[in-house]
Amino acid sequence: MVIGIFLAFVLFIVGLSFKLGKQTKTSSGYFAAGGQIHWFVNGIAFAGDYLSAASFLGICGMIATTGYDGFLYSIGFLAGWVVALLVIAEPLRRMGRYTFADAVDAPFRSRGIQLMAAISTLVVSLCYLVPQMVGAGVLVEPLLGLSYRWGVLMVGSIVIFIVTTAGMASTTYVQFLKGGLLIVFSLVLVVVVCLRGLSTHPPGSTDHPYYQHRILHSAGTEALRIIEPGFRLIEEHDSKVGRFALLEEVNQEIARRCWWKVDTANTGLRLLEGECVVVSTGTGSRRINGMPASDTNHLRPVGSIASLKGETNAQTGPLSPVGILAALGHPDTRVLTWKEGKFNDKAGDHVTFYYPVETPGDRLLRPGMKFKLEGTLLERLDFASLMLALFLGTAALPHILIRYYTVPSPASARKSTLVAIGSIGLFYVLTLFMGLGAMTNGVLNPADSNMAAPLLAKSFGQLLFAFISAIAFATVLGTVSGLIVAASGAVAHDLADRFLDLRLEEKSKITLGKAAAVVIGAIGIALGIMFQGMNVSFLVGLAFAVAASANLPAIVMILFWKRTTAAGVISSIGVGMIASLTLILLSPDLYKLYGLDPSTAPVALTNPGIISIPLGFLMLMVVSLLTKRGERHAHN
Amino acid sequence: MHEPQIESGKDPAALYKSRLGMRLFIAYASLYGLFVAINLVQPALMGIMVLPGINLAVIYGLVLILSALLLALWYDRLCRREETRLGNPPKSNTIRGED
Repeated sequence: MVIGIFLAFVLFIVGLSFKLGKQTKTSSGYFAAGGQIHWFVNGIAFAGDYLSAASFLGICGMIATTGYDGFLYSIGFLAGWVVALLVIAEPLRRMGRYTFADAVDAPFRSRGIQLMAAISTLVVSLCYLVPQMVGAGVLVEPLLGLSYRWGVLMVGSIVIFIVTTAGMASTTYVQFLKGGLLIVFSLVLVVVVCLRGLSTHPPGSTDHPYYQHRILHSAGTEALRIIEPGFRLIEEHDSKVGRFALLEEVNQEIARRCWWKVDTANTGLRLLEGECVVVSTGTGSRRINGMPASDTNHLRPVGSIASLKGETNAQTGPLSPVGILAALGHPDTRVLTWKEGKFNDKAGDHVTFYYPVETPGDRLLRPGMKFKLEGTLLERLDFASLMLALFLGTAALPHILIRYYTVPSPASARKSTLVAIGSIGLFYVLTLFMGLGAMTNGVLNPADSNMAAPLLAKSFGQLLFAFISAIAFATVLGTVSGLIVAASGAVAHDLADRFLDLRLEEKSKITLGKAAAVVIGAIGIALGIMFQGMNVSFLVGLAFAVAASANLPAIVMILFWKRTTAAGVISSIGVGMIASLTLILLSPDLYKLYGLDPSTAPVALTNPGIISIPLGFLMLMVVSLLTKRGERHAHN
Repeated sequence: MHEPQIESGKDPAALYKSRLGMRLFIAYASLYGLFVAINLVQPALMGIMVLPGINLAVIYGLVLILSALLLALWYDRLCRREETRLGNPPKSNTIRGED
């Protein structure tokens, strides 16, 4: 059934693209849907474009694993739309034609701006493509049983087909459909979460009943002497990631060896059972929880409530959304969140161990689990940097900006932004409840937070799982389509037609746009495979920082500072883009991806916005003031 | 081919809308900035219970989302009123033929 609904959805989208493709004859039709999309359709398509894998998969996953800190992304992503509506929407619509480059170049007619804006569009679109592709791979793996790589390849191919058949017209309707369905089914999911209520014994998913992880006790306070019979201590590992013990269960038919987390409790030492993956350095074979990995032996779902308002055996029954927040946020509620520890054992094998941590409810529903707000100045700056990038990034995303050119007038641009804020705002409120639902219903994959929302749906049955998964897949398709249209517009319109002045015929321009879509799609597929395993919201946060650093200073200053010059715009786009990319590439999280020690990263900040965004503004102002007066443009 | 194909007619309310947008933006940015500042300077404040089981962080976060919508509705209403007062805004674009 899951595969049936999924395939029906994909076939419908592909069929729609094919039909609309026959009607697309001009470059205006291909890149901006002829500027004739109704503002309401455009508003929902905005939501479909914007509510990407980061919003649906990433934010829900982050809330499910880090509580309120994931919700900060929802707040920041929506706040960005206020900037888009109040500052950017109408003026940009008045200035532009198809692309972001059109708008920033309008007052100057500068080839330098055309080149830099096109490069920036390509870079930001590619940065944004990566998390979408990661989300696609993660989704397809459990849905169709395909490997991550094949999942990314399949999504990339379908999107390339959609974009090359009909461009912006098909992309708009795919996004409209997906945006509407996403909001409706997210609402359905939250309603069933509320009707189920909260329990200290969650049901788990349909194919994986909830497993209660065990706790063992030690007689010693320093050395381990396990009280419970049937366990033998094999070895211990003590490092900065924590203290772990390898135990053999001697009562089993086959003696199983698993790692346990050594924890200091009020009563002395205790050992917490977790989920364990051991990869042999010699053979590369994987053992999960002491047995060889297979289709039937994989990580068990996790995430549950240890005590609800102090009760260790509680079941609330149906609750209102406020009731869920009040019960979970109660100081005596304890939720089991999961942490990861990585180390090498004595044999040199790589151990990844996921273990539960009892987190108080009032700690969970305020910032601080992911972002160290009571930590060092640098850690606080990192948080401020992220919030700044989220606030300013939306209004600078090329694939969002081009949607202002698909409506007939500036007033339509404003009204469609209004619809977008309403629908996106509703969705972001829902993410809080979907994330908390996934956190407490025993459905989470400890190794990958991105699947939190679909796995939550799975706990309510295969039908809801099928719909949610199909919509999540469409979420990726819709956003990736928009990104590829924006990037292909940058190549065919900004670079070839305007910068290189090739004066292409309509047909040639569309052909070039389609060829660019294929190449950009292929690059997106390759990058998606490279970034496997990273949280998609985190990756999108970085894309926002690049967009806000490279594009926003130019847009804002052209609109509001009369002394802005072409040289100032060129330098701010270039410096903002290079600075943000450099800071990201040298950051601790990327060092982790390279397989290096994150503490040796030359840049301590994970989010670059707080440095690169002001730098972009500063560069524009300094260069504009230094360049000759004659270059200054006349404002309207 | 190299001139804007989609042109909007002159909008007499443009200046009003631009100024209004900037004022409302400053108001919202202040609300957002205060949220970030509290988290940076006094993060413990976010844990204060405003309603039973519901702390300031949750309330503030939801207020930021809801106020974005209310602000957008208000802005649109004021813009429409000004557009009507000064004469109809451009309903649609002039779409030039492809060259």
